[in-house]
Amino acid sequence: MTELQYPFDAAYILKKKKALKKALLQEPVARTPKKIAVLGGSTTSDLVKMLELFLLNAGIEPTFYESEYAQYFQDACFPGEDLKAFQPDIVWIHTTNRNVETYPGITDTPADVDAKFEAEMMRFRTMWTSIQTQFCCPIIQNNFEMPFYRLLGNRDAYDIHGKTHFLRRLNQAFAQAANEMDTLYLNDLCYLAGDYGLSRWTDPEFWTMYKYAMSYEAIPTVAFSVAGIIKSLFGKNKKALALDLDNTLWGGVVGDDGVEGIEIGQETGVAQAYYEFQRYVKELGSLGILLTVCSKNDYENAIAGLSHPEGALRPDDFVLIKANWDPKDRNIAETAAQLNIFPDAFVFADDNPAERAIVQAQLPGIAVPAMDGVENYIRVIDRNAYFEVTSFGEDDLKRGEMYKSNARRSAAQATFADYGAYLESLEMRAVIDDFPSVYLARITQLTNKSNQFNLTTKRYTLAEMEQTAADDRYIRLYGKLVDKFGDNGVVSVVIGQKNGDVLDVILWLMSCRVLKRDMEQAMLDRLVERCRDADIRTIRGYYYPTAKNGMVRELYRTFGFEKIREDDEGNTVWELPVAGYVPQNRVIDVYDNDTFPS
Amino acid sequence: MASAAIYARLEKVFEDVFDEKIHLTPTTTADDVEDWDSLEHITLIAAVEREFGMKFKMGEISTMKNVGEMADIVEERATR
Repeated sequence: MTELQYPFDAAYILKKKKALKKALLQEPVARTPKKIAVLGGSTTSDLVKMLELFLLNAGIEPTFYESEYAQYFQDACFPGEDLKAFQPDIVWIHTTNRNVETYPGITDTPADVDAKFEAEMMRFRTMWTSIQTQFCCPIIQNNFEMPFYRLLGNRDAYDIHGKTHFLRRLNQAFAQAANEMDTLYLNDLCYLAGDYGLSRWTDPEFWTMYKYAMSYEAIPTVAFSVAGIIKSLFGKNKKALALDLDNTLWGGVVGDDGVEGIEIGQETGVAQAYYEFQRYVKELGSLGILLTVCSKNDYENAIAGLSHPEGALRPDDFVLIKANWDPKDRNIAETAAQLNIFPDAFVFADDNPAERAIVQAQLPGIAVPAMDGVENYIRVIDRNAYFEVTSFGEDDLKRGEMYKSNARRSAAQATFADYGAYLESLEMRAVIDDFPSVYLARITQLTNKSNQFNLTTKRYTLAEMEQTAADDRYIRLYGKLVDKFGDNGVVSVVIGQKNGDVLDVILWLMSCRVLKRDMEQAMLDRLVERCRDADIRTIRGYYYPTAKNGMVRELYRTFGFEKIREDDEGNTVWELPVAGYVPQNRVIDVYDNDTFPS
Repeated sequence: MASAAIYARLEKVFEDVFDEKIHLTPTTTADDVEDWDSLEHITLIAAVEREFGMKFKMGEISTMKNVGEMADIVEERATR
């Protein structure tokens, strides 16, 4: 819904929230239900209503627990029966500088100020620990916005008695805590308020009248930011950026103006603006966002433009370049298919409103930012939080490289007559073993974003995954695949729960970039081995259909399982006896965690 | 009493906020509109202020007794 994209009209969505919610609920999309507890230090009513709109728009159907006015600390440390029964998937602690209990006094000694700082930190640490112990779920914690007046003027920033200094010190300590605690995520209120404008943000009337800690029209900004974190945690981030070329990555039309005629580089202000945008796009690529081109151009001209010596991007930065005269929605659909992701995982960046409108209409769920004026390109993509980073692993850094290796594999495949001979030639080696702690973050990340090759689409928070990893009622396997073209990283996860002599497979998923490599067979072989060791006689598999996982409907059949149940919704249950199982993988050499040759 | 034009625009704002058509008279109060509670009152006030380019004074927001009083203040201060 474009009304809910940045730049949104805050007054409009506040006013029309009822109608907007109704419209969202009428959209024929499947949403993931999530329970969100909002523990506020000030009024949260409209924050929650705005958060609901943004989450619905991001494919999440939230239910909320809202603490009574300013009861955040009590709820966090001594949750009542309501909150306990609610069992939140996420807790958001909405505190602001209004909730700091003890600011330094002007006559305080340095030791007094330190004591007040420690007391404040202790209060928050106690809450975080309590929530982690009770609910074992991610915590979103606001840091502090700057104060709206400065008793000491500019000195407020560097004198230990200044509120500004004190709040910055707390923010620094919050940042450190978030780095140390896997389940703690900061909502950067300090940045949001600065970006919004502290004078506009602060509304003493709204505080005294209604106890809102920010101005009314700033509320959607806060909710949007929190929605960004939540959607990222639950695997709803965008994965790829499809870029137009002419007047998007450079000024002018390369086909008409020639390479020497396009504006990119340091010569003019406009050229610099395009250069800055190219550099930003390159930075996105370094985060593991897949960069692709979708341009109406002759291919040679596109490559020539991208090879402009003054540009920041090179043709090599893109995993796929579509430069032709076909409709753009078709090009994006094809690009998506080739990368094994869905079109709704794309952000389409194009300066031409007509192209944007067509793509938006043809590809539901795709994000199409309003790219108006090169000087605004970075902001509109950045502020929409399409790629909000909540976890960050080695695999993210290498993802672009992995997709490019895939392209080389496809080229190699074309030269083999026989697919088996091709697989042999890949010299594949895998580690398939129990979860090592170093991979838990990646395993969780993969679990939350795999949609297609995913039998049950069960999602885990990092905390839940840690619990599962430590629980001997489960048999766990992760698979990491290496071949002669490169390291694919962690690509598959299986979790089975032991129930007597039966293993219920509650999670089985694989990254689509290693489809048709016999990796799933290798996983099954290892699973059967582990089941034998644990005296399991039967493996029971489950398939729950979603809009996206049709490709694995018959997976268990191809494995040799027998279907024992199917209900009206297409949910199926399958069984495989462990006895008599014959290993199915012949092309991958499989190792344990500690035997893998590096 | 405020003009019919003011009432017409107020009705549009009420419709946006409560997502239903509401006929306003000077004596309409929060009791006459199902969803008009203290929380939605904030939304309503903010939307009216924006529509007419004006501000209510802090005291007025909690003391206005009916739509008539609201419309009179709006008429007096509207800048658009």
